[in-house]
Amino acid sequence: MPWFRRSKENISTENRKKEIPEGMWVKCSSCGEILHRQALEQNLWVCVKCNHHFRISSTDYFSILFDEKSFKELDAKMTSKDPLKFVDTKKYTERIKDTIIKKKLQYSNRYGTGKINKKKIVISCIDYGFIGGSMGSVVGEKIFRAAEKALKTKSPLIIISASGGARMMEAAYSLMQLAKTSAILAKLHEAKIPFISLMTDPTTGGVTASFAMLGDVNIAEPNALIGFAGPRVIKQTIGKDLPEGFQRAEFLLEKGFVDMVVPRKELKGTISNLIGMMAN
Amino acid sequence: MAKVVLDFEKPIFDLEQKIEEMRNLSDNVDLESEIKTLEKKVHQLRENIFSNLTRWQRVQLARHPERPYTLDYIGYMTTDFLELHGDRKFGDDKAIVGGFAKLDDMPVMIIGQQKGRDTKSNLYRNFGMPNPEGYRKALRLMQLAAKFNRPIITMLDTPGAYPGLEAEERGQAEAIARNLFEMSRFPVPIIVTIIGEGASGGALGIGVGDRMLMLENTWYSVIAPESCSSILWKSWDYKEQAAEALRLTAPDLLEQKIIDRIIPEPPGGAHRNPQQAAMILKDALVEEIRALQKIKPDKLLERRIEKFSKMGSWNE
Ligand SMILES: [Zn+2]
Repeated sequence: MPWFRRSKENISTENRKKEIPEGMWVKCSSCGEILHRQALEQNLWVCVKCNHHFRISSTDYFSILFDEKSFKELDAKMTSKDPLKFVDTKKYTERIKDTIIKKKLQYSNRYGTGKINKKKIVISCIDYGFIGGSMGSVVGEKIFRAAEKALKTKSPLIIISASGGARMMEAAYSLMQLAKTSAILAKLHEAKIPFISLMTDPTTGGVTASFAMLGDVNIAEPNALIGFAGPRVIKQTIGKDLPEGFQRAEFLLEKGFVDMVVPRKELKGTISNLIGMMAN
Repeated sequence: MAKVVLDFEKPIFDLEQKIEEMRNLSDNVDLESEIKTLEKKVHQLRENIFSNLTRWQRVQLARHPERPYTLDYIGYMTTDFLELHGDRKFGDDKAIVGGFAKLDDMPVMIIGQQKGRDTKSNLYRNFGMPNPEGYRKALRLMQLAAKFNRPIITMLDTPGAYPGLEAEERGQAEAIARNLFEMSRFPVPIIVTIIGEGASGGALGIGVGDRMLMLENTWYSVIAPESCSSILWKSWDYKEQAAEALRLTAPDLLEQKIIDRIIPEPPGGAHRNPQQAAMILKDALVEEIRALQKIKPDKLLERRIEKFSKMGSWNE
């Protein structure tokens, strides 16, 4: 696919979702406050007024978590294939192309190694902007390789999730990624290597029903939507409005499915401490 | 029970009915050769229709209300079935059944999703849509099997995990994820068979194993064609196209190297002869178990993870 055979440097690594438009001023999508872009960035893309956590890219998470310049990306050139020649109202190959070129989004997810307060870790992070963070073969394979890398190097694994669910255009291949990622995490578990799962807004569908829920410690960002079925489907099923706060991070904390809800500013410190408690 | 006849099955049924009527008048010797000719015709017609099924027609067959379900297969294939109940945490989910049974005199653990046949039994079985406690019951039964070194047989047949409010509260996602994780490491043979509908994570929640079998007229994918149509085409009217695009039939999945083996169904589909369908499956299961039992547990687990590690398709 020639549109990919360009050097990495030529493509913008801007994987931020449309929620954060260009320009000096940014409107908070939650409280409507007009925020200064630079100040917002310094506050790790969290609204100073209402604590809304903006959706951010893998690049942003890596810069929040890692000691300066310690991140080394692996298998950056892996891209989606169209094994089923999937066509709905649009060809799947066109969707991928548009995402990469028109939306300037290069990655569905990325993985690599880095250091958090001098502790070596392996990380994989999904970019929600890339076809809704949906899990296709590439997402599954990169997570699989990240876990293998963690096994080989005996380093803790962190996976950051943001996903609308499965990649429909990869059909059964997409479904099998749930089993594939869970299987390698079972191996990691037996080797007693820590795995921390961070769920950000939104983490739903197949991603939640596989690796995202399987952390030794599950962390969620404040107010992140986390669930198996989407709220719209549930509402249709039960024919009633859903209660306030349903499927939000705090709700999952209350129901016992996440260990902690951690504001972005405390993320690095918390993860670093957790690793210290679990890793040898 | 009133016969349910699908559109494309109708010509077969009409002809069969005609033969039946002629049989009832069979004092007349002359009819015998005519009946034979018609029987040949039915046979040819059936061959014709069933060798040209569209993917959507396969989906319809997979959902046929007279199709054998998990408990029917258990009844035909096994002896001494001892159904076990409950997840020991919350309750007993009727959409997943399971227990010990003897298959060809071998003690096995057999677990499957269970649909109902009429309104009453469908409500009781929640239309075959499990809640978290169903997956947790299945997990408990598989742990029992592992403890006593018994092979595990699972049967997939669900329109999906139940998308309800309480299901979310009780951790539907965690329940499915936990099963995928644990099924990757039970040191006993696991054989998965798709006997009807294999709808997404809800089906996969009991679907990780060493061998994956799929009955001839079933489907398995990440989403049902109707839902896929509503999301990608933004209309419910493109289910046929969605079924084609998803490539969700047994031959499709064999080609994608996701399943290992297609189990043939009796002529006209499993619903035309449930007992025969069960006997064909039984022979295959016995054969598969015997082969897997020769593999050492360590090797078995290594191969299981390797099997799933290969699934997918990407460029590097
Ligand atoms: Zn705000």
